[in-house]
Amino acid sequence: MALTISVLALTLLSALWAVMTRSLMRSVIGLAATSVCVTALMFALGANLAAVFELSVCAGLITVVFVSTVAMTQPASSEELHERTRTHLRRYWPLPLILLAIGTLLAVLLPGAEIALPPPGEASDAREVLWTERQTDILGQVAVILAGVFGVIVLFKERK
Amino acid sequence: MIAYFVLAPLAVLLILNIPRGRLGRNAPFPTAVALAALEAAAAILLPAELASAPSVLLRPIGFSFAADRLSLLLVLTIGIVSLASLGVGYGTTAKGEDLRRFANLVILAIAGMNGIVLATDLFTLYVFLEVVAVVSYILIVSKRDRDSLEGAFKYLVLSVVASLMMLSSIALFLLTAGDVSFQAVADSIAASGSLWQNLVACGLFAGGLCIKSGLVPFHGWLPDAYTAAPPGVSVLLAGIVTKSTGVYSLMRLSSSVFGYAFNIGPALTLIGLVTIVFGAFGAMGQKDIKRMLAYSSLCQVGYIFLGLGTGTALGFAAAASHLFNHAMFKTQLFVNASAIERQTGSRHLDELGALARDMPITGWTSVVAFLSAAAIPPLAGFWSKLLSIIALWQAGNVPVAVAAIFTGLLTMVYFLLFQRKIFFGKSVARERPVKEAPFCMVAPAVALAAITLGVGLLFPLTFDTIILPIAAIP
Amino acid sequence: MDAVTILKAYWFFIVPLMIAGVYCLVATRNFIRLLIGLEIITKAVTLLIVVAGYASGRLALAQSLVITLIVVEVVVISVAAGIVQCVYGLNESLDIRKTRNLKG
Repeated sequence: MALTISVLALTLLSALWAVMTRSLMRSVIGLAATSVCVTALMFALGANLAAVFELSVCAGLITVVFVSTVAMTQPASSEELHERTRTHLRRYWPLPLILLAIGTLLAVLLPGAEIALPPPGEASDAREVLWTERQTDILGQVAVILAGVFGVIVLFKERK
Repeated sequence: MIAYFVLAPLAVLLILNIPRGRLGRNAPFPTAVALAALEAAAAILLPAELASAPSVLLRPIGFSFAADRLSLLLVLTIGIVSLASLGVGYGTTAKGEDLRRFANLVILAIAGMNGIVLATDLFTLYVFLEVVAVVSYILIVSKRDRDSLEGAFKYLVLSVVASLMMLSSIALFLLTAGDVSFQAVADSIAASGSLWQNLVACGLFAGGLCIKSGLVPFHGWLPDAYTAAPPGVSVLLAGIVTKSTGVYSLMRLSSSVFGYAFNIGPALTLIGLVTIVFGAFGAMGQKDIKRMLAYSSLCQVGYIFLGLGTGTALGFAAAASHLFNHAMFKTQLFVNASAIERQTGSRHLDELGALARDMPITGWTSVVAFLSAAAIPPLAGFWSKLLSIIALWQAGNVPVAVAAIFTGLLTMVYFLLFQRKIFFGKSVARERPVKEAPFCMVAPAVALAAITLGVGLLFPLTFDTIILPIAAIP
Repeated sequence: MDAVTILKAYWFFIVPLMIAGVYCLVATRNFIRLLIGLEIITKAVTLLIVVAGYASGRLALAQSLVITLIVVEVVVISVAAGIVQCVYGLNESLDIRKTRNLKG
C-alpha cells in the first residue's frame, strides 16, 4: 500500500513538473514519466493487458510524436526561446497552491463519502471480454485508425 | 442487419483504397453518392425488418447495434445531408486527388455517424463520436490555410475536453452499474434513486454532449469551425455532424437512459433558451453569411432542446421534427451560401445584393429555407416550432414559451432582412457578371427546398401517423 | 485493505492530476503545451477507469475500454500534432495569441 501511494504521488509530481517546467522537451519527458507511473499503477491493480498497451503506446509512441513535433517546431535561436518562456513561471506559480487546497478539501470529503459498488460479476479475462463483448468497439477502432491514416495523408503530404 | 449501416461504408472505403491503377481512380466520388443515396432510401423503405433480424452472414459476430424510429430518422437525415455535401463538394473542390479524398472522408463520416445513431452502449457511443470528430478535423483542414487550421484546432481542444468528461462519467457508471450499456445504466439509475455518483456521472456526460452540440456556454468552437471549413464540409458539419453527435445523443440519453432524472429536463430547457437568445443576437451583427448561419444554427438547436426539456412525448416529437427540419433548411442555406461564394467570390454582406436576378434558383430556394427558419406557415419550420411551444405550454412552462415566441419573432425579422439584402434590394457593381451555380450545387438546393415544402404541407396530415410515434420511445 | 479505501486513495491523487492538466490547458500560450495538458487529463481518466474497474470487480471490462481509449487517443494526438506542425509552418510561431484571427 505504501508503495502504491508513493507511485501515485510520483505520478502527480511528474505531471506537475511537466506543466511547470519551462522547456518543452523537459515537459514531454515529464509526460512520459507520468505514463510510466500510470503503467506501474495499472500493473499493481492487476490490469496487465492495459498496462502493456499504456506503456508501449503512450509512453512510447505518443512520446515519439511529441518529441518529433517539438524538434520540428524549434525556433531559430535560443534567445527567442528564452524570450518566449520568460513569463512562464509567473503564470504557473498558483498551481501548486491550488493543488494543495484541492488536496485538503479531498482529505476532508473523501473518508466520509459513500461510494456504491455494483453487485459482483463473474471474473473473466480481458482478452475474452474484448473479443466477445466489445466487438462494436473494435469496429470503431478500425474506423478511427482509418480516419487517422487519412489525417496523416492530408496533413503531411507535400503539395505539388 | 443494421450493422451493415456501419460495416458497408467501412468495407467500401477499404476496397476503394486498395491501389488498383487507373481503373479505380475516379471511383470514390460516385461510390460516395451511391452510398448516401442508398442510405436515405434504406431508412425509408426498411423499417420493419431492420428492427432485430440478425444477419446470416455475420452470425458468429454479434455487433451491438439497434435501430428505432429516432435512429432511422437520423439515418435518413445523414443520407440526405451527405448527398447535399457531396454535391457542393463536387462543385467547389479541385477534381482529382482532393475530390477523391473528400469523397473517402465523407464515406468514413457516414460510417461513424451511423455508428453513433445505432449504438446501444455508452462507450460505443464515445468511440463513434471520436471517429466522426477526427474525420471532421481532417475535413476542416483539407485546405490547410490559416483560418481552417485555427478553427479545427479550437474544435479539437473542446471536443477532446468533452470526450474526457464523457469518459470520466463512464468510469463512474462502472462503479454504480457495473456495465456501460444503455440498458444497464438505465436500470441502475431507475433503481438507485439519487446517488451522488449517478448525479455527477449524468451531469458530466450531458455536459460533454452539450459541448459537442454547441450549446451555450460551450459553443466557442462552433462559429469558427463552420465558417473556416471548406464549403462542402460546412454543409456536412452544420447539417448533420453536430446534430448526430451532440443533439441525437442528448435526446437518446435524456429519454431512454437517464430517464429525465436529476432535473435534466429543466436544465436542458434553460440551456436551450439561453442558446436561442445568444444565437439570435449573435447572428444579427454578422456580415459574413456563413458566420451568420452558424449563429443561427446555435439558435435553432436551442429550440430542439426546449422541446426535449419538457420530458413529454409531445416535446420529444417536437424536438425530433425540429431536428429534421433544421437539418433540411440549414443544409440548404449552407448550400446556397457556398453557391454564392463560388459564383461571386465573396461572403460579405456589403458586397452582395440583388442576386435573385442573376442566380434565380439559389435565390428562390433560399426564400423557402429562410421562411422555414423564420417559422412562417405552412413551411416545416413553423410546425416544429409550434409543437415545441405547445409542448412547453402543456407542461406548464409558460414564461419560457413566451420567451421562445418572442425570439422566434426576432429570428423572423433578421432572416427576412438578410434575405432582402442579399437577393433582392439594391444591386452591387461587380467586375464580372454572375451566373447561376452549376447543376451539382443547384440540384441539392432544389431537392431540399422541395422536402421542406413537402414536409410543411403534409405535417398536419402525418402528425398522428409518423411524427408522434417517434416519441413512443421514452 | 478493501476496495473502497483503495478507490478513495486513488481518487485523492487522480483529482489533483486532472486539475493540473486543466490548469495547463487554461494557462498556456503554446500549442504543444496545450496538447500536453490534454494528455495529462487523459492519463488521469485512464487511471480513473482502471481503478473503477478494480473496485467494482469489472477489471476485464475496464481493460477493454482502456485499450480502445488508448487507440483513439493516439489517433487524436497524432492528428493534433499534425495540425500544430502545419500551423507552425504557416506562422513560424507556436504562440496561440498570434492565431486569434477568427473572432469566434
